[in-house]
This record gives sequence, structure tokens and C-alpha cells, in this order.
Amino acid sequence: MTQINSILATDCGSTTTKAILIEKQGDEYRLVVRGEAPTTVEAPFDDVTVGVVNAVREVEELAGRRILDENNHIITPIQSDGSGVDIYLSTSSAGGGLQMTVAGVVKAMSAESAERAALGAGAIIIDVIAVDDGRKDFEKVKRIRELRPDMILMSGGTDGGTVKHLVELSEMLVSADPRPRLGIGMNIPVIYAGNKDAREPVAEVLDKRVDLRVVDNLRPTLDRENLDPAREAIHELFLQHVMQQAPGYSKLSDWVSSGIMSTPNAVGKIIQTVAEQFDINVLAADIGGATTDVFSVFGGIYNRTVSANLGMSYSICNVLAEAKTTGIGRWVPFDFDEARLRNSLRNKMIRPTTIPQTLRDLRVEQAVSREALRLAFEHHKTLARSLKGVQSVRTMADSIDQQETGQTLVDMMSLDMIIGSGGVLSHAPRRVEAAYMMLDAYQPEGVTVLAVDSIFMMPQLGVLSVVHPEAAAQVFERDCLIKLGHVIAPVGRIKPGELACTVTIGNDVYEVPFGTLKLVPIPAGESIDAVIKPARKLDVGEGRGRERKCKIEGGVVGLIIDCRGRPMVLPEDHSARIAKLIEWHKALGLEN
Amino acid sequence: MGTAYTPGLKISSGTIINKTRRLPLKGQVLVKVGDKVESGTIVARTEIPGVMQTIRVAEILGLEPPDALAALNIKQGDKVEAGQVMAMTKSFFGLLKSECKSPYNGTVELITSATGHVGVRLKPLPVEVDAYIKGTISEVIPDEGVVVQTYGALVQGIFGVGGERTGKIVVPTHSISDALTEDIINESHAGQVLIGGAGVTLGALKKAASIGVNGIVVGAIVDTDLIEYLGHDIGVAITGQEDIPTTLILTEGFGSIQMAERTYKLLKSLEGRTVSINGATQIRAGVIRPEVVASLDEPANSGESESSSQSLETGSTVRIIREPYFGALGTVTKLPPELVEVESGAVVRVLEAELGDGKIVSVPRANVEIIET
Repeated sequence: MTQINSILATDCGSTTTKAILIEKQGDEYRLVVRGEAPTTVEAPFDDVTVGVVNAVREVEELAGRRILDENNHIITPIQSDGSGVDIYLSTSSAGGGLQMTVAGVVKAMSAESAERAALGAGAIIIDVIAVDDGRKDFEKVKRIRELRPDMILMSGGTDGGTVKHLVELSEMLVSADPRPRLGIGMNIPVIYAGNKDAREPVAEVLDKRVDLRVVDNLRPTLDRENLDPAREAIHELFLQHVMQQAPGYSKLSDWVSSGIMSTPNAVGKIIQTVAEQFDINVLAADIGGATTDVFSVFGGIYNRTVSANLGMSYSICNVLAEAKTTGIGRWVPFDFDEARLRNSLRNKMIRPTTIPQTLRDLRVEQAVSREALRLAFEHHKTLARSLKGVQSVRTMADSIDQQETGQTLVDMMSLDMIIGSGGVLSHAPRRVEAAYMMLDAYQPEGVTVLAVDSIFMMPQLGVLSVVHPEAAAQVFERDCLIKLGHVIAPVGRIKPGELACTVTIGNDVYEVPFGTLKLVPIPAGESIDAVIKPARKLDVGEGRGRERKCKIEGGVVGLIIDCRGRPMVLPEDHSARIAKLIEWHKALGLEN
Repeated sequence: MGTAYTPGLKISSGTIINKTRRLPLKGQVLVKVGDKVESGTIVARTEIPGVMQTIRVAEILGLEPPDALAALNIKQGDKVEAGQVMAMTKSFFGLLKSECKSPYNGTVELITSATGHVGVRLKPLPVEVDAYIKGTISEVIPDEGVVVQTYGALVQGIFGVGGERTGKIVVPTHSISDALTEDIINESHAGQVLIGGAGVTLGALKKAASIGVNGIVVGAIVDTDLIEYLGHDIGVAITGQEDIPTTLILTEGFGSIQMAERTYKLLKSLEGRTVSINGATQIRAGVIRPEVVASLDEPANSGESESSSQSLETGSTVRIIREPYFGALGTVTKLPPELVEVESGAVVRVLEAELGDGKIVSVPRANVEIIET
């Protein structure tokens, strides 16, 4: 690769197009400036590049140098007069991102594997159809007919296994005659990733009726999942089909130095890179206005889920519908009127760009975010699991000590880092509020680092990680990831007020009673040895009552010793609960 | 920074309105550019292929798939009628016969050798798109639809439920502070569009639905009343497909909020006119807001823009759309360029506005919407 000194990357989101400029300064790559502009995939523009140019124009102004030529094209490579950039990359979720339907034979097996493949490729899944999903055939046909996905992923049968069910599934697709979301008059792309013996009969049924692509079986044997070929096919179709149909994307495709990547796919890439580079287990969440994406890497196994209807504005009332006012209200540290709360959330839904002006309004929004994050995480745990009915060898053989098959891979005690992203976390007025929201929503166990994405540039760094991993890793660590600090959280429950844990850091000793939170400021960049001694019935990762020695990193918030117990239980009595919430807020230096 | 931009809803007594009317699949456009259309005029038509029904011939005859195919007396592309014998076998020296009859009228589309199934495609379903508004065809999108243009009044709401309907406007309330209540709705309102001020009660909604009122346009509604009227909760702001007899459009939001004076006056001025309304709302990329459209005969004012973004300047009239001044109207008195920390701790761009009672307040610019004057 020729020397790359200057990188421009954009992310075309549903509402905003974000551009970042990265340059090599001395030996390291750093973020220089960031610009943004409204996304322009809708009338009157109908051309995503208009928003890209506007965002890049802001970058030009802030950086004080020219990147666009007189025709508003991005200049690559960098010119002798210093104008332009060496490479230009982009991600996109504009126009609703990539929407898919997956179909499989057995809901808990091939259909679930197909779901994992599609989610990992950055899709939003609008339905999962399976032979055994409990719906009658005519109901499934009706449903497939109503949906207008960008593509369908079809799977089922191990190699050498069932053919009949797959042919019937194909007949069902033909019966429904599904149409793609974009491109009126076009055949819908269908990726077949099932039993290889069924390829021919499936093609006999589907050929010429759909745009059929055949890839390797994503579940070739019961005990093996092979998701990469299907994911690659999805990505290729995303570029060839969805992107080409979306307004202005064929033009954008000509501008970029490497293929446009779907935003969640790009975020997944950077999360995987981090997990691999530091050899850690990572959980990350991106909470947006409409959806919440959850990414995890446990034992090297990557999973991504998207909760399409859990968000902070557009879908805020779905959080209300799922969590109810009682679920949201349990995190609000003051009395509130239920009808007023409900109406205020409805008003946020219809006016999604408003922001909390009062502290009480902020606390309500942060209460909603705890529930949205928690619900999305619950969803993630149900899908990020080992293969059902067999010993898992998915991509890292024997990497997990399974007690039982089909168990979630999410193990909070072995989790090293939680990364939060999205407006409510990245732009919380005080960083400690972001830490607090993640603490309540995820309830980390043992010793875990909390971090936030400073300005939501993970998508751009994700696509960069494919082209230039070194630059992506450096910018991620130095400019993107803001470490909030470590959390120490003993697992188990004892009587409130009893000594839960003693943490010794150098000459300082912190004794923290059960039911309380303690904040210990440790500046960012510092790394110090700590000895954690939990109470006899509590566990911080070494077993009940057993001491744990570890390194504690500083952060912009500091070390939080969370002795509220795991699982954490809020007082049932209304006044006692509010008193407890106020006490915890105060412990973290927050007002109500 | 002297100006800023904030989204606002279009409330206009006279503007050019374009409506794109598109088929779900390619089909036939029935009108041409320049044609005058009424709201109910069918402008495009297509046929959605019928569902393909699978007949399990092999299983019905108790045969292996290859034998079942051999027994078929139909081929791909044949028309079949309900009751028609599609396959027959004879056994025991021809004494025992087994038949497989088609339960459907349709066309044989698929014969699958692997399963011995036959797929019969049922008759296609016709789909028509009407003009929705009275106007003139300004553009034909070949095989897909048209753009209908009209000059008229346009009121965009903030949220709605229910689909496209037409009806005459009736204003049974007296002011922006009056709610639409059960007692002021009567049988004569069937098929009409009722305008209320501050809100609508659940009882009024139910009565309107039972009478057959086509639409209700009011300032606000209490969210639990809406849920009860719909019979289900609304989690995500995508609406318009609800199976309800009366389309509901809110101009301001949820809770108890008066309709903006200007909106109310405009709707009042349209009393007796037939309007097209649509409650469909989508608040995301490709924002769709509910609307009331009244085609007027006056000559078109081509100078007016359709844009929903307006410049926020000193002197602009704004509505505050977030606590602690939710619903209040004010006049912008200052647009400080610097970032300001508000009570929540967020550091944002703010504006200062004078409210109706003379009080000067500072609010984030993101928390206002411009009221066109």
C-alpha cells in the first residue's frame, strides 16, 4: 500500500451525514476535524451525495484546506498543492438501511443461524419465516407478500439432509411472489445458503422468478455454523442492488476508494478489531432514535443484534409499550404524574429532535434509555448463544465451556469492556451519567471498563479498519474511545449496610457497604494495582469471598464501586426507592 | 449567527400542492398530463398476481414424486378449474382409480419434480390508485403513476391516524380552546370532517366513528384515549394503515394543547368546502405528516415555496415544543450566537423569546418550531 497520510470518511445516516478527516501526524493517525450535514436521500434532493458534499464542505472549512474540486468531487489522491485526500471511504444506513427477511426450516436451528448471518452483515430483519414457526402456510404466504425486504436469505437442512422442506419453502416464496423494497419491476434477490443437495430442486422452483444467488450452506452440519459466505453474499448484494437503487448511491460508489459498507456492519468490524487486538470480551451498544444495535464478542465469537423498535425518539413509545410506565418510572428519582409522562414521551416521538431543557426532563429521558438498553440487551442475549442441541464449534472450536447447549454466550463476569454509543450516551451532559445509565442497564459483574464513543465515529473507523487497520486502531484508541473508568461490582446479595467489599488501591482503602455506590476519582491514563476483597457471600470473579488482584485504569469518571448487588433489586416501596435513587445519584456527584 | 433553521409545519391558505400517486407494481396509467381529475378519479391501475396455491399431488395420490408427475394430465401454463381432475392413477388391473382434483380456478405455474407438488396461481387482484386530491395531472411516471397538482389550502398536522378520506369541513366548536365533545357531534356529521380546538374526548371519537364521520382535526389528544380508540398501542410513529372509520389529525401533539389560532382560522375559513385528508404519519427519513388539502379555484401563486424549513429570525413567531414551556407561543427576541448551558447541563444554541404574558424565556433552538405568519 502506498503511503496514506490523509483519509476522509463519511457515514450517511438516516438523518445526518457525518464526515471525519484523519491525518497522519508524526507517527500516528489522528482525527483532525468532523463535519456534518442533513442526509439528502429524500425529495427535493434525492441524491445522497448532496449531503456528503455539504458535510465535506464543513470539514474543508474547519480544516482550512481544499478537498472538493470545482465540480464538487472529492479530490483523490492528495495533490502537490495539498488539496484532496489519499483515500475516501463511506458507510450508509440512509433510506432505512438494509432490510431482510430470513427463512429456514427449523426456527431454532437453521432459521436462527440465518438470522445471525443477516444481523452480522448489518441487516434489520423484518421477519423470520420457518417451517415450524407455528404459523399456517397461508399465513406465512400472506406475511411474505406484505413484506418488502431488500433481499431474502434462505437456509435449512444440513448438507445431505432434508430437500423436501427446502423445496416447499421455495414454493412458498413463489406463491407469495415477494417484491423488493427498491426498484419497481425488479426480481427480489434471494440468497440460498441451505443444504447443498437441495440447490438444484430449489433452483428449479425459484429460477427466473427471483434473482437467485447460491452460497455454501450456513449450517453444513448440526454442530457447525458457517456464516461468512452468506454474509459476504449479503454485503455484495447490498452494494450491487440496494445501493444502486438508492438515490445517488451509484455516484457515491464511484467516489469511494473501497466499497460502501452498511453502518452496523462497519461498527461490527471495529468492535471485532478491538476485541481481537486487545484479546478481550466486548459488549457495545449504539442507541439511536429509532433502533438500538447491540454488538458482542465473547471468546472470539461475534454477534450483533438490532432491536428495530427500541430507540430514544422515533421508537420511544415502543420502549414505553414494552417497559410500561412502571419500568421507566422505577429509574426516575422523583414523583411524577403518569399521564404527563406518557404524553411527554408521545410528544418526543412526534418531535424527535427536541432536547431536555430541564434536569427533570433529562432524568426521564435517561430513565427511558436504561429500559431501551436493557430490553435490547435481553434480546441480544437470546440470539447470541451457542448452537442448539449440539456441542458448539462455530468458529472457535471448544472455546466455550458449555454447561448446556443453546446457552447465551454473554457472560457478564468475563466481560472486559462495555462501549456505549448514540446521542443519549455520547452526548450526556455529564460523562458520569453515561456510566450510570450503562451500569443500571447492563449490571456488569466483577471488574469491567466502561467507555463511550466520543462523537459516534465508529462506523467510519469500521470501514477504515478493512482498508487501513493501523489507522483505524490508532484513531479509535486516541480520539474515538473515551474511557469512563472501571466498575467493580460484586455478585450476590447480603444484608443492606453490611460490608460488601474492600478495595485497596496503594495506601487508600475503600470499604463499601452493601446497597451503596462509591465513586473514586482516578485520572484518565493512570493504571494502578488494586486488591478487591469481597464479603464471604459475594464474588468478584474469583469465587465467593475470594480476593481478586487486578489493574484498574483511570478514566474521565473514575472507578465506580457498585455494591448494589447482582442481580440488583430496587426497593419496592415508592418512597424508599426514590430515597435510594437520590442516594446513588449523590454518590456519583449528580443532582436530581 | 443572526439566523437559524428549524423545521415547521406548512399552514398555508394558498399554495401549489403536488401529490405523487404511485402503484405498488408496474401497471397502466389511465390519465395524461393536463387532465383534470377529482379526488376519486382512478389515475392508475395494475394487477397484483394472485397467491399460488400448492396442491400436494404426490401425497394425495400416495405416490412417489416421479410417479405423481407421470400421472398428471396438466402441464405448466394450463388453465384449470375447481373440480378439474389434474392427475389420475389406476391400479389393480384398472379397477381402482385415484384422482387428484384442483380445488382452485387458476393457472398451473409450477410442477415440482422433487416434491410432486403442483402450484396453481389464482386470479390476479386488481389494484387502483385514485387522484386523492382534485387537480390537474402535471406529470406521468410511465407505468407507475402520476403527479397531481392543485392550488389550494394546506394544513399539515403533527401526528395522525387513519388513511385518505374526503369530506366537507364542519366546525362545530367556537374557539381554539373548545374541545370536541360527544354532545356536539350528531348524525348530520356523517361523511364530514370535523374541526375542534383544544382536543377531542374519547366519547366524541367513539360517537364520530359510530356515526361515520370521515375525519377529525384537533389540537391534541390524551394518549390513553388514542390507544383506546385504536384498540392497540402505537410504538413507532408510522401510521396511516389503521382500520378505523374516522381519520384523526392532531395539529399540536399529545396532552391538552389548543390548536394554533392561525390553523383554526384557516380551517374555519374552509367550512363547507370538500377537503382531502390523510392521517398517515412517518417521522424519520422521508418524513410524512398528516394533512388537510382543500383545492381552491383561485389562480396559482407560483411564487410560494413548498419548503417546510424556514429561517428563524428575531421577530419570528415560535411555538415551544418541550418542557418547561411546552405549547407556549412566543416571539423571538434574541438569537445569541454562543453556546449556552441550560438547566439539564446540555450546552446548546438557544434563543430568547417573549411569551404572551410578557415573560422572556431562554430555550434551546431545537425545542421550538416556527409558526408561519
